Amino acid sequence: MSLTRRGMLKRIIAGSAVALVPFSAFAQWAEAAFKADNYKAALTAIGSEGAVASDKIKLKAPEIAENGAVVPIQVSSTLENIESISLLVEKNPTPLTAQFKMFPGLKPDFKIRVRMGETSKVVAIVKADGKSYSASSEVKVTIGGCGG
Amino acid sequence: MRIKAKLKGDVATVKLLIKHAMESGRRKDEAGKIIPAKFVQTVSGHIAGTQVFEVNTGAGVSKNPFIQVVLNGRAAGETIDFKWTDSSGASEEKSVTLK
Repeated sequence: MSLTRRGMLKRIIAGSAVALVPFSAFAQWAEAAFKADNYKAALTAIGSEGAVASDKIKLKAPEIAENGAVVPIQVSSTLENIESISLLVEKNPTPLTAQFKMFPGLKPDFKIRVRMGETSKVVAIVKADGKSYSASSEVKVTIGGCGG
Repeated sequence: MRIKAKLKGDVATVKLLIKHAMESGRRKDEAGKIIPAKFVQTVSGHIAGTQVFEVNTGAGVSKNPFIQVVLNGRAAGETIDFKWTDSSGASEEKSVTLK
């Protein structure tokens, strides 16, 4: 590889772009929260221990999930100034399952499929105006989806 | 990754289907050895360089993750660039143009 001035510059720019990636993309993945191995710890890790139940959050989950490996969940909210919406499965080995971040134009209405090891409460935590709100729904699981 | 987008008025409903094993690190192979964790951690969407969507995911998301997002104020002809990254650093990018 020849080291021309332009080539060097290109590489320096490419190198700095790579160095920036952890801050813009990876550092945001809340490792401690996603690795928390019980519901309380996960709730604390996302800073929502004091979440208040709200009827402005709609959590749609099946009453009975025959197959815990694929449980469809829909969460939406009419709260104002939403910052994030988190989904937790209370009795999963790592309860925090997904964290949606809000952007202008993004509707607070998401669908996602989750795994459930056993019958458990599914909890949606909405952070809005610096406060935490919650809604939950119990899902009965016939066949768990976490083991192998 | 498969993307299906539907534009109704200025509301775009986008369905993402990511092909990924989502290994939680708790499953064992036939020999009884634990299969190491490897799962999608971030899925993001950009329009013309501006971020419009992001979800961070844990080991509790189903195999071959399905995610639906709804975007307001969109117009035909706009392209949304989606990207996922997993815990091993592997990633995939795919775009969809609204029509």
